[in-house]
Amino acid sequence: MKTLILKTASNYLLPVLLVFSIFILLRGHYLPGGGFVGGLIAAIAFVLHAFANGLENTKHLLRIHPGFLMPVGLALSFVSGLAPVIGLDDPFMTGLWLPQDVPVIGSVGTALFFDIGVYLVVVGVTLTIIFTISESA
Amino acid sequence: MMQQLILYPLLLQLLLSILLMFFWKKINWQRGISICGSIVHLALSAYVFNYVWRNGTQIIEAGSWEAPFGIVFVADTLAITLVLLTSIAGLAVSIFSAASIIPDRLKFGYFPIFHFLLLGLIGAFLTGDIFNLYVWFEIIIISSFVLITLGGEKAQLEGAVKYFTLNFLASMIFLTAIAVLYGLTGSLNMADLAGKVAAVENRALVEITAVLFLIGFGIKSAVFPLYFWLPASYHTPPSAVSAIFGGLLTKVGVYALIRVFSLIFVEDVFLDQILLVIGILTLFSGGVGALVQNNVRKVFSYLIICHIGYMVVGLGMFTEVAIAGTIFYLIHDITVKTNLFMISGLIFRIKGSNSMRALGGFYSEYPKLSLLIFIPLFSLVGIPPLSGFWPKISLITASFDTGSYWSLAAIIFASFITLVVIAKLWAEVFWKNPGKIPKRIKFDYFHNIKKPRKIQFVVPIVFLSIVSLYIGFGAENIQLLSSRIAEELTDNSQYIEAVLGNPQTDE
Repeated sequence: MKTLILKTASNYLLPVLLVFSIFILLRGHYLPGGGFVGGLIAAIAFVLHAFANGLENTKHLLRIHPGFLMPVGLALSFVSGLAPVIGLDDPFMTGLWLPQDVPVIGSVGTALFFDIGVYLVVVGVTLTIIFTISESA
Repeated sequence: MMQQLILYPLLLQLLLSILLMFFWKKINWQRGISICGSIVHLALSAYVFNYVWRNGTQIIEAGSWEAPFGIVFVADTLAITLVLLTSIAGLAVSIFSAASIIPDRLKFGYFPIFHFLLLGLIGAFLTGDIFNLYVWFEIIIISSFVLITLGGEKAQLEGAVKYFTLNFLASMIFLTAIAVLYGLTGSLNMADLAGKVAAVENRALVEITAVLFLIGFGIKSAVFPLYFWLPASYHTPPSAVSAIFGGLLTKVGVYALIRVFSLIFVEDVFLDQILLVIGILTLFSGGVGALVQNNVRKVFSYLIICHIGYMVVGLGMFTEVAIAGTIFYLIHDITVKTNLFMISGLIFRIKGSNSMRALGGFYSEYPKLSLLIFIPLFSLVGIPPLSGFWPKISLITASFDTGSYWSLAAIIFASFITLVVIAKLWAEVFWKNPGKIPKRIKFDYFHNIKKPRKIQFVVPIVFLSIVSLYIGFGAENIQLLSSRIAEELTDNSQYIEAVLGNPQTDE
């Protein structure tokens, strides 16, 4: 799949898709979207890049091994679930929210961090699977 | 912090798995973290058990969503006892894995997945929501798929395909049953369901749903016509994996059966009859299956099936005495079966074979180890005062009381056949002169490995044998515990009240 068109397009599509994935991640609380879908879109961005430019270049672009995102994401979700237990002695996963909205993002609470954790796990898992398969192929 | 107490065992397992994932390639760190974490987990579970024992059923509404709508975690005495047993078996297998699992497997995430499996088990025991129970079952089977295939030997993959197919089918049936139940009642909370299912007018559909649950859980707990995946797969992975599978995975199916049929579908004569028949046939077929096997681990696999029968028969009779027997048997079986599979691993490590025909002369070479192995083997048979004896008293008394002489016959038959099987195993493996076993190349024989690692092999077996001895000699305490659980299970209003509050004040 070494075509000039795909290669040029992927350079533009990578940032666009990543921004779109974050948009999907943030709108996910009341509207369709969220960490899982956002993570998949982000993974697609990197897979497309790998198609056009080769696996090595994408790995270089990522710098860290995508598998490392799994424990990081899990830890983030875990901590955001645990925060109400430690802070207020509320049950696990109770949502804590900032009193005021933050511009652009909207209301910020533990649920957002939980979703970011999911996002990271999904990116990590998907990329690890796809990279492993394309390496062994 | 005290109100959240019952969730801490769950959260600690999650924390351990996440922590272990950060040390993906550093296997020595992983060994240390897993063992230390499991010790802390045991202490924590014991503390929570003590708390629940003193203060009665505890509940947590996850995310502060109120009971019939959100997900609740309920720690009644049964759930918390099983959590404690999970952490006992978890600690033993964790130590045993650190010694026996080869580094190639450890490098591909054995320990994180192992703790995810324990997480799933504890979640399944604690949850009070039937769909959440399905989710925990998924966590359990996904982790177990990884554990059973890790290493990718040919026999392992063959076993895994059978294991995967039937367990996947069981999950589908379970999910269908949940869907029908939700369609009937519009609720997923088990305590809420208990009231709503009783009020449904279409009894035929309720019965069909119950049978769907029975098939789903039946496959998972390996009862009579649905057990064929178990002996086909349990002897293929490393013995540490078989130990946790044999000790806990089928028991979580039994737990789900007990929970669903004591809480949601109660006072249904037809179902009780089915359970009784299934239990009796399981006792017969598992016992006869064990008789003709040659591989030590296959013998133990068939004995798992056989002894699941005791618990199902007890559940089928559904009197307080019978349930107490079932629970006692569950407690005894988890410790002994975990131990037996670790022992089969130790025998393999010493001799390089698990074939009963080839093995022999174990007693003359390792007299002390043989005496140690004697404890769990004959606890399984139930020679008084060892642990397998006591629950059978309750079960036999109950079958006299309910007049089900078929189950009485099956219980006695299964006890005898277990005795025959274990006696045969003892004679073949420990007493007779050894046959020719081909030397394995590139294999760490037990007499070649260093002393600390040898101790690591034996310590978990000693630990679980002591637990078995305690269950046998301290039978009074265990009987007290099982009677209390039986009392809670036969009168489900206690559970419902704990979850939903007092119905009189609400409505």
